[in-house]
Amino acid sequence: MKFGTLDVLQVALFILSLAVLTPIIGSFMAKVFSGEKHFMKSFLGKTEELIYRVCRINPAEEMNWKEYTFALLAFNFAGFILLLLFQEVQQILPFNPQHLPAVSWDLAINTAVSFVTNTNWQSYAGETTMSNFVQMVGLTVQNFLSAATGIVVILPFIRGIIRKTTDDIGNFWVDVTRTTLYILLPLSVILAIILVGQGTVQTLTHYHTVKAITGQGQVIPVGPAASQIAIKQLGSNGGGFFNANGAHPFENPTPLTDFLEMLSILLIASGLVYTYGRLIGSMKQALVIWSVMLVLFVSMLSVSLYSEWTFHPAYASTPTMEGKETRFGITNSVLWEVATTSASNGSVNAMHDSMTPLSGMVALVNMMTGEVIFGGVGAGLYGMFHFILLTVFIAGLMVGRTPEYLGKKIEAYEVKMAVIGVVAPSAAILVFTAIGVITRGGISSLNNSGPHGFSEILYAFTSAAANNGSAFAGLNTNTVFYNLSQSAGMVIGRYSVIVPVLAISGSLARKKSIPPSPGTFPTDSPLFGFLLIGIIIIISALTFFPALALGPIVEHFLMLAGKTF
Amino acid sequence: MDNKSGVGLASAFDRNIVVQALADSFKKLNPKTLVKNPVMFVVEVVAVVSTYVVAQSAIGHQPSSLSFDAQITVWLWITVLFANFAEAIAEGRGKAQAEALRKARAETFARKLENGKEVNVPATELSKDDIVVCEAGDVIPADGLVVEGIASVDESAITGESAPVIRESGEERNAVTGGTKVLSDRIVIRIIAEQGSTFMDKIISLVEGAKRQKTPNEIALTILLSALTIVFLLAVATFPPFMHYSGKASGISVNEYVSLPILDSLLVCLIPTTIGGLLSAIGISGMDRLIRKNVIATSGRAAEAAGDVDVLLLDKTGTITLGNRMASDFLPAPGIPVERLADAAQLSSIADETPEGRSIVILAKERYGMRAKEVRDVGATFIPFSAQTKMSGVEIPALDGLGPRSIRKGSGEAMKKFVTEIGKTFPQSVQKNLEEIARQGSTPLVVVENGEVLGIVQLKDIVKGGIKERFAQLRKMGIKTVMITGDNALTAAAIAAEAGVDDFIAEAKPEDKLARIRQEQASGHLVGMIGDGTNDAPALAQADVGIAMNSGTQAAREAGNMVDLDSNPTKLIEVVETGKKLLMTRGALTTFSIANDVSKYFAIIPAMTGALYAFGKPYGPLSALNIMKLGSPESAILSAVIFNAIIIILLVPLALKGVKYRPVGASAVLRRNLLVYGLGGIIAPFIGIKLIDILVNALRLV
Amino acid sequence: MKKAILPAIYLTLSMTFVTGIIYPLFITAVSQLIFPGRADGSLVKVDGSVVGSKLIGQHFTGDRYFWSRPSSTDYNALPSGASNYGPTSDSLKTLVERRRADFIQLNSLPSNAIVPAEMLYASGSGLDPDISPEGAELQIERVARARRFGPRGREALAKLVRRSVRGPQFGLLGEPRVNVLLLNIALDTLHVTGRKTS
Repeated sequence: MKFGTLDVLQVALFILSLAVLTPIIGSFMAKVFSGEKHFMKSFLGKTEELIYRVCRINPAEEMNWKEYTFALLAFNFAGFILLLLFQEVQQILPFNPQHLPAVSWDLAINTAVSFVTNTNWQSYAGETTMSNFVQMVGLTVQNFLSAATGIVVILPFIRGIIRKTTDDIGNFWVDVTRTTLYILLPLSVILAIILVGQGTVQTLTHYHTVKAITGQGQVIPVGPAASQIAIKQLGSNGGGFFNANGAHPFENPTPLTDFLEMLSILLIASGLVYTYGRLIGSMKQALVIWSVMLVLFVSMLSVSLYSEWTFHPAYASTPTMEGKETRFGITNSVLWEVATTSASNGSVNAMHDSMTPLSGMVALVNMMTGEVIFGGVGAGLYGMFHFILLTVFIAGLMVGRTPEYLGKKIEAYEVKMAVIGVVAPSAAILVFTAIGVITRGGISSLNNSGPHGFSEILYAFTSAAANNGSAFAGLNTNTVFYNLSQSAGMVIGRYSVIVPVLAISGSLARKKSIPPSPGTFPTDSPLFGFLLIGIIIIISALTFFPALALGPIVEHFLMLAGKTF
Repeated sequence: MDNKSGVGLASAFDRNIVVQALADSFKKLNPKTLVKNPVMFVVEVVAVVSTYVVAQSAIGHQPSSLSFDAQITVWLWITVLFANFAEAIAEGRGKAQAEALRKARAETFARKLENGKEVNVPATELSKDDIVVCEAGDVIPADGLVVEGIASVDESAITGESAPVIRESGEERNAVTGGTKVLSDRIVIRIIAEQGSTFMDKIISLVEGAKRQKTPNEIALTILLSALTIVFLLAVATFPPFMHYSGKASGISVNEYVSLPILDSLLVCLIPTTIGGLLSAIGISGMDRLIRKNVIATSGRAAEAAGDVDVLLLDKTGTITLGNRMASDFLPAPGIPVERLADAAQLSSIADETPEGRSIVILAKERYGMRAKEVRDVGATFIPFSAQTKMSGVEIPALDGLGPRSIRKGSGEAMKKFVTEIGKTFPQSVQKNLEEIARQGSTPLVVVENGEVLGIVQLKDIVKGGIKERFAQLRKMGIKTVMITGDNALTAAAIAAEAGVDDFIAEAKPEDKLARIRQEQASGHLVGMIGDGTNDAPALAQADVGIAMNSGTQAAREAGNMVDLDSNPTKLIEVVETGKKLLMTRGALTTFSIANDVSKYFAIIPAMTGALYAFGKPYGPLSALNIMKLGSPESAILSAVIFNAIIIILLVPLALKGVKYRPVGASAVLRRNLLVYGLGGIIAPFIGIKLIDILVNALRLV
Repeated sequence: MKKAILPAIYLTLSMTFVTGIIYPLFITAVSQLIFPGRADGSLVKVDGSVVGSKLIGQHFTGDRYFWSRPSSTDYNALPSGASNYGPTSDSLKTLVERRRADFIQLNSLPSNAIVPAEMLYASGSGLDPDISPEGAELQIERVARARRFGPRGREALAKLVRRSVRGPQFGLLGEPRVNVLLLNIALDTLHVTGRKTS
């Protein structure tokens, strides 16, 4: 097994495809958000109007930031309650061919929070816990709606920048409806049908029981998987239909599905950067942000690939294939790992827990940056806004001018909100991990000891607070302790970033717009990109260096020394 | 040291100031005052905790780490004291500066009438209803009403009009404004406005820092620094649980590695103490730098806003052009040789000591080689300018076969009246020239000899030397300049082009200024202006940075947020630079402070975790992170703490002086500062900590 | 604020209808129409009875069949899953050492032979249907011996293995691999002809 030309080509093809699709999807989304005419309207325009009428929504109405925030929270809360309810009564609902019982209360809360916050952390195994009804009508729905929620948050921010001295930052209901109908739904339909064509299952029948040629029996679980997998990849959700997620042959049967699913992880997040540039009227700004994301992505990918390909444990003398699928091999497993953790997707096609320490650290760091390397749909970009504002603030000071971003002054209020958005998830990670590693409730769930056990707990809370959802899955998190602490982490990680962004959007919209001058620090220059990378790395590194030292870093040294636990 | 720069940097370490600052450093330990600086407050709390631990172990019998813990504790206190010292020294210098100012200002005197006798009193001590006398050459000390006499007053500093105006007792033209200059005659003035002597006290308390409010930008920065402090507080607080887990996994007890003094050290090294300790010193010294330029800001907010100004409204007269017009041309009447006109004009101006008069003499000399004859010797009598006749001139008795000459010069209107009164004619072409010159915005002076109109001397605005380069710099800094003038558009455009301003408002009325400021602000600009007249007050108040000239009216001074004691209109540019410097210093030191943390991790984390997973070997795998090869875990921690403390003191001069500012584009400035303070901030402490570690080990401190 | 509550509920319900019922049912209908076999799980039939899915790996023991990869669930699909052992896990080390020794011994390989990684490590799903071509080739000897193939039968078997190798998709994506279930089904048919020729 050697890293060869084919590996390089696959990575290159992946990045190239992303670069080519970004402007296409990006400009389409810009049309949708700005209410322009686009071809999807002729299919679903009537549906959009009907939804407004049924829900008594006045699409022309504008909201201020508080109304927008409240609408968003109310919408998410309604989704949470509904999903909780479905899980608790699934035994009496239809589409339950395996007669699965009601889900335990703490797991149900965890799952509901997890899917509503776009985390899709799964403390359960889908095929043995959730009925087809819950998967379809509960989980799939939240896959759409949590993704739409994430995406729409960038719209008030954009309006905050382009509008002047107003309280109006848009209409949440309209934004979320259009995003779901015109962007998520069509893309999901296309991807789902391709997936089925490659072998992903999509059926409502009960599981197959077969007698193998060896005479052994095997139960083959099936279900409406493709429809859910399409949106879980596109919407940076990541919650698998089956326990093994993207490693499961029914979720991800061929290298082609693997490629498309990986591409889907980053597609919308990457396209949104283009959309952003289009809507604020400066593609250069978007290009800098996109380049920053790409540079970080490629750097992280390089570290992870290097670590995975060069590590040969003494007892095997080959790179490790533990937790990886033969059809994907090492390169595609690592590529997916880096994509899914940088993008807050959380689906996996190989088990991160079994990867090398440095590769695991890449996954951790990707999440610890607050998921801004492309990031979750919307979430990556709005998380990036926080970093941009902090960078602009520090850069502005260094050039001797009260900082401004795209003509809007960045003052105490914006700085306050931006630091909340950056600091709160980090705080949640550190505090919950600290509780996890010293309480019995935390440690008893471990299946690895030594520094790797520490990494497992750190990963669990990092994944929750970053709304990623991937896991060092050796940790059994279906316990009351983890279900509830994770839920708290997911809520903090989601809303302590969203609400400050919306508050900033409101504040920006109220401001005047300052025309740029040579004294304005340009935010569309490579220099700004460089500084932004510096700020992202230094803030995350300074926060988490001690934790990383005691987890993956020390494990790396120990692994090289051949030590096992 | 020259007077203008006041208390210079050398005296930053003036003995008295230092002694006072040292004493203040301890006074500032009071948590009530320190709590305003969250970063340093945390350091103090941490120092108290460490002290408690040391005291405990001194009482109990745990001498093993006592010396180490005690040294750490001492350095934690020193960190706080150093930060206090930085603030105290900045305040001390500010106070000295203000003191010096107060003295300098008291030396401006007014001629106050007390019981009919003239007494010289400091201008600041004038109060309402005092009566003062002003004669030609005097500056009117304060706003008042003329109660006696008539005088021509130069109000160009206020109105921009260089032509003198008449002020006389009575109902209509009796108001005079402080800072204007009496050109002729004598008037007695009743003061109507209180001279704010308390004004200075207010300023002094500001620079002393006692009443200093945080500026918006400081508030934003403090929020960022507090957030970083919270993050590091969490990173440090969660570290012991992480360590306990790891200790258990490697089969050792980690208690000695997570003792409170060690955790305190880690925390203090990580939180941004460098910028936290120097933040208020930077703010105070920013105002201090303004004072050294003889500009007093009435708030820190103003000093900071100055850095943001991107539109400057500048009065033409005095700022862009020399305050007085200069003779630029002789335009003879038909049939008169130009030499004759030049000669007469020169003669009539010999005794005229105004810049305009002198410029006529010089122009005649330069153009036609005319040497001013010593006409005094031949018994010539000079007629000075008077408000009644509005002309000046000379009477030369008959000499050398020439008849007596009576030469007069004055404004077109006055001379026309003069000529027609004695029955002579005013030539049509001269009248035409008069109009033409006026249209160009220049001032014509008509010269008449023995009733015959010789022609016109044209007085023109002269753009100040070097101003064009100055504006080019401003443009690079991203600042737009707008010239304001009462001239017509044609002249204004010509001068604007010559001076290189970006835009101009011609035939400006006071309300135009205000309208322009509002318009610029509405499109998001921050506007700075300098003004002095009463009618400038609304504009000064509206401008984001309004600098009132000290010579200006009381109303203007109160409306603006800065006062320029030199009354030098180009000061605005320096004020902007100072404001930028202030922000840049903050940004540079913040970057430096955060960048420092990288090295501190590499010093302290291996020291704390080096023993983990050693499994019997002397060092565990994480000692590989000790890339500085520091002597021992204890010396590593101590060295980091010492470095963290002394870097504050080492950077005090930079905080007081401000980082270098060059008027280049924003990107260039950022690139440079990022290299110096960002990259430098990462590298410098690696070297510093290593050196201290060598010293600590050599001295066997641990 | 209050006025947002009703739209929140109505919109959640409307969207549930659109994306939770219409959308999956639409996809199901289309899938069943265009790709009925694949949508149902790519089931493989031998002699009319379903013996498994070509996508889901099965456990093969004994020398007569090619072995699948080690599986932490033993190819029990309820639920799928992995060992999640980290690289410094003692248990993983023990397992891999044992698998390596077994693989070398049972396939009669030289003791310093490099065993393909997928035969030592368990897959992520526990249901990996594939092994690498090397992994299959190293088992040819053993299978041939167990099935008492002569030289021609062995050659036919080697040919079958080579034929069973699927290269990277489109020559570019993924890794070359051999589907163990399909190989073993083909092997059973080869078994018949093999005997005839021997």
